[in-house]
Amino acid sequence: MSRRIVLAHGGGGRLTRELVRELFLPPLANPQLAELADAAVLPWPGGKLAFTTDAFVVDPPVFPGGDLGYLAVCGTVNDLAMVGARPLALSWALILEEGLEEELLATFVAGAQRACWEAQVAIVAGDTKVVPRGKGDRCFITTAGVGVVEGRELADREVRPGDAVLVSGPVGEHGATVLAARHGLAGDLRSDVAPLWPQVAALLGSGVALRALHDPTRGGVATVCYEVAERTGLRVELWEEAIPVRPAVRAVMDVLGLDPLYVACEGRFLAFVAEEDAARALEVLQGLAEGGEAKRIGTVQQRAPGQAPLVLRTAFGTMRPLDLLSGAELPRIC
Amino acid sequence: MSAFQDPELVKGLASRIARLAEKLARRVTFMEVCGTHTNAIAAAGLRRLLPPQVRLISGPGCPVCVTPVAYVDRAVALARHPETILATFGDLLRVPASVGSLEQARAEGCRVQVVYSPHDAVELAAAHPQARVVFAGVGFETTVPTVAAALLEAEERGLGNFFVLSGHKVMPPALEALLADPTLALDGLILPGHVSAIIGARAYRPLLARHPIPAVISGFTPVDVLRTVAELVQQVVEGRAELVNLYGRVVREEGNVTAWSLVERVFVPTDARWRGLGDIPSSGLGLAPAFASRDAAQFPATLPAPKEPPGCRCGDVLRGLIDPPECPLFATACTPDTAVGACMVSAEGACAAWYRHERMAGVA
Amino acid sequence: MKLVAKEELRGVVELSGVKREVSLMLLPEAEVGEYVLVHAGYAIARVDQEEAEETLRLLRDVLAAEEA
Repeated sequence: MSRRIVLAHGGGGRLTRELVRELFLPPLANPQLAELADAAVLPWPGGKLAFTTDAFVVDPPVFPGGDLGYLAVCGTVNDLAMVGARPLALSWALILEEGLEEELLATFVAGAQRACWEAQVAIVAGDTKVVPRGKGDRCFITTAGVGVVEGRELADREVRPGDAVLVSGPVGEHGATVLAARHGLAGDLRSDVAPLWPQVAALLGSGVALRALHDPTRGGVATVCYEVAERTGLRVELWEEAIPVRPAVRAVMDVLGLDPLYVACEGRFLAFVAEEDAARALEVLQGLAEGGEAKRIGTVQQRAPGQAPLVLRTAFGTMRPLDLLSGAELPRIC
Repeated sequence: MSAFQDPELVKGLASRIARLAEKLARRVTFMEVCGTHTNAIAAAGLRRLLPPQVRLISGPGCPVCVTPVAYVDRAVALARHPETILATFGDLLRVPASVGSLEQARAEGCRVQVVYSPHDAVELAAAHPQARVVFAGVGFETTVPTVAAALLEAEERGLGNFFVLSGHKVMPPALEALLADPTLALDGLILPGHVSAIIGARAYRPLLARHPIPAVISGFTPVDVLRTVAELVQQVVEGRAELVNLYGRVVREEGNVTAWSLVERVFVPTDARWRGLGDIPSSGLGLAPAFASRDAAQFPATLPAPKEPPGCRCGDVLRGLIDPPECPLFATACTPDTAVGACMVSAEGACAAWYRHERMAGVA
Repeated sequence: MKLVAKEELRGVVELSGVKREVSLMLLPEAEVGEYVLVHAGYAIARVDQEEAEETLRLLRDVLAAEEA
């Protein structure tokens, strides 16, 4: 009996990784893809290009703070920003379901236009397909983005023991907002979705020793940190009391039985910086309108054999190992 | 209130427990019987705040875990009927049936819908009058009243297409079976806070009179659990065996009488099989004769021969005989993503809690 | 969660600005302004705030005395 794809394959946790590693990587094998970074960095005369692709299926497609179109552009330019690339151009392809109201589609386009303006990038190519009613769900958007790597390339292999882990703002807001909308929970919630290049550019321009950046989308902060720890053979220790979570987000998480550390953000990033530059990096971010709540949330350490890659120091001083998400059902967050 | 997570109080209680434990003549074992306690203890790393003489173990507190595979097989078989929408709480979804699971059935196109409330299943019945909505009723006394209420709502709204497949169970007979088991040497019980909110402190008195043992009704915050452990240690040291309610802000002596009266209208006690504990008389709940027409067990279902996975020791974990790492499949063949047994699949299962929070605790 | 609105057997509870609907079929006597425990979309018990505060106060006093 053939194995089937289940919703958990899209969750961003173990099953997603296995799908990519077992089904996609072997036949498509190439060095850039194998890095599994947010964007591929390609050699180019005079510098380096970054190239990325994304798909967006968020449900509901309009939510407090954004919509499918705005999210699609932000998500793509943010992947480029995470490897230190200024966005150059985007393309998008829309798969529309027969019966979609044009007004809703216009909302997505307006959202995309707004994000392009904020990110100072353009959608330069596009495609549209329509599938019969019932064969899609209103609108799915796939994108591709290309950017120019300015300065040093950011990569996990640069991360070292002693580095500080910073977050650019409170976590879990996008996921909490989308889930609340889906489950009929009203509240003071707004997705954090936003283009990140301005903050990243400020960090790059400040000269702090920035090692790597990651935006904690599917799988959240914990998944990103786990993967960095795993790829580098190091250990990440997060500090529970330092992680900023808005009260409304925490309330939604409590009601739905979820952990904010595993829930998607679409307008935040984690920065791994040299310990001695941590304070200055925070100053730079906090000086920006969007970075006001940036905080240090942990540290990178050597990992002894048998130690967990990722641990949380709880408020009581006990150390709790954090694993990858497994099988948790958080479909169509982004 | 976040005051119940106050690190100062937590540290103070940990010190108190350490001081009391010095007077213990031997190691003591306290058992909790509630999935929420299993998780709360593991997630807060509370075991690491306790002295080595005090051991906390998990019992049959995870309703999905103690549900026999035959129930899941029937739920899957019902889900395969084209006119059925099988409504279920999330953690039954991935429990292995003898063949496949509800998740697999959904991937194959069967209508399996995860709901957060039995009320949502009633709304499904209202929204899909042509469908037969079957709610998979698994859960202990905290959940049973909500299912009773939902069923009565369906009655009132004239929704003839709402049915319940009851796998519900009640705790006191299982507790009694554990206390009567000579192979288990328990020194105290951490009693489930929310089950107790429904059945009241009085529900435990008869069985504790027959099997005296220190027993504390406990909340779920770190402060609540550590207060409970301190009280249990103190009772052991002083040679007492009393029922103490340390969750008085929620649990009353008589519990929630309104809620239980609804349960007694809709359900009747039945004998039930518990994974790990075997058959326990009057430990289950079936639909009362007046509601027999809403019993989903009436529908024909082709069932496979029930198959428990070879090597799985969920039963022994549920009895408190072994800790999860002592099962040979733990963290090797059986992980949350490749779960062999229910204790690993369920969010309330001891193996899942252990895998996530305790497995590398020694080397965290 | 705090019960902030009630109409017959349906209510609205709120925590940190997040609101949700619950059924009061199992706790019909709950009053607006009270705190309730919610399970699977139903309010199942009252949470006695005074008792909670008293518990914490006593605990703090006792622990302080033990440390001394």
